[in-house]
Amino acid sequence: MTERSAAERSVYSPYHPRWYRPRMSTYWWLKRWAYVLFILRELSSVFVAWFVVYLLLLVRAVSQGEGSYQEFLDWSSGAGVLVLNVVSFAFVVLHAVTWFKAAPQAMVVRIGGQRVAPALVAAAHYAAWAAASALLTWVVLGG
Amino acid sequence: MAKRTLEPVLWMLFSAGGVAAALLVPVLLVIFGLAVPLGLVSAPDHGHLLAVIGHPVSRLVLFGLCWLSLFHWAHRFRYTLYDGLQMKQVHELINTFCYGCAILGTAAAAYLLWQVP
Repeated sequence: MTERSAAERSVYSPYHPRWYRPRMSTYWWLKRWAYVLFILRELSSVFVAWFVVYLLLLVRAVSQGEGSYQEFLDWSSGAGVLVLNVVSFAFVVLHAVTWFKAAPQAMVVRIGGQRVAPALVAAAHYAAWAAASALLTWVVLGG
Repeated sequence: MAKRTLEPVLWMLFSAGGVAAALLVPVLLVIFGLAVPLGLVSAPDHGHLLAVIGHPVSRLVLFGLCWLSLFHWAHRFRYTLYDGLQMKQVHELINTFCYGCAILGTAAAAYLLWQVP
């Protein structure tokens, strides 16, 4: 008894103290709006992934010829796909807005030893967003 | 010595994918997912779209967008399952699923964009 270490003995003790680990509900994030927003923001990635699938289906249809492209257009205007894309659009915009909001905090830009104002970093992101959107619209629809 | 992990690389892909998706996905989704199907604009002519997608620069941009967006999803969704649903005890299964899908999707993107005539 005296030879054994305290650590060894504690393994068999019925009075070993329990860790204080309160159980958290699976739905912990429903308690506050900020937590709900956090989960929605994280879930936006699912809709980003859906868009990649949608884009690749379009690429495949266009590659396969005019008939397949027409089939894709018919499929994409069906109610189910349309509803999914409306929801996806809301989530993708949530992603973009929250991403650009976080960008000035993640990116500290210095020019000549001076920190560029966070608002300016955010504005640059929005400008890039507008420019990219305009360019893609022109390439796809105009050109 | 600190254990070297893939985590910084995965985080970089998540971050780059976040920027790419934020800049490019909304406009593409509006055009191809909403405006065209709803008839707000007429669908681009097949020949024109084929020329646009077939251009080397477009293929490269679209491949980059697919690749980074999928790894962005994988990283973010992994942590949503960890924290949101408290599923961290099955993290190996989650990692295999998330990054497995991202790798397969990236391979599919490379194949499909390569196939464009």
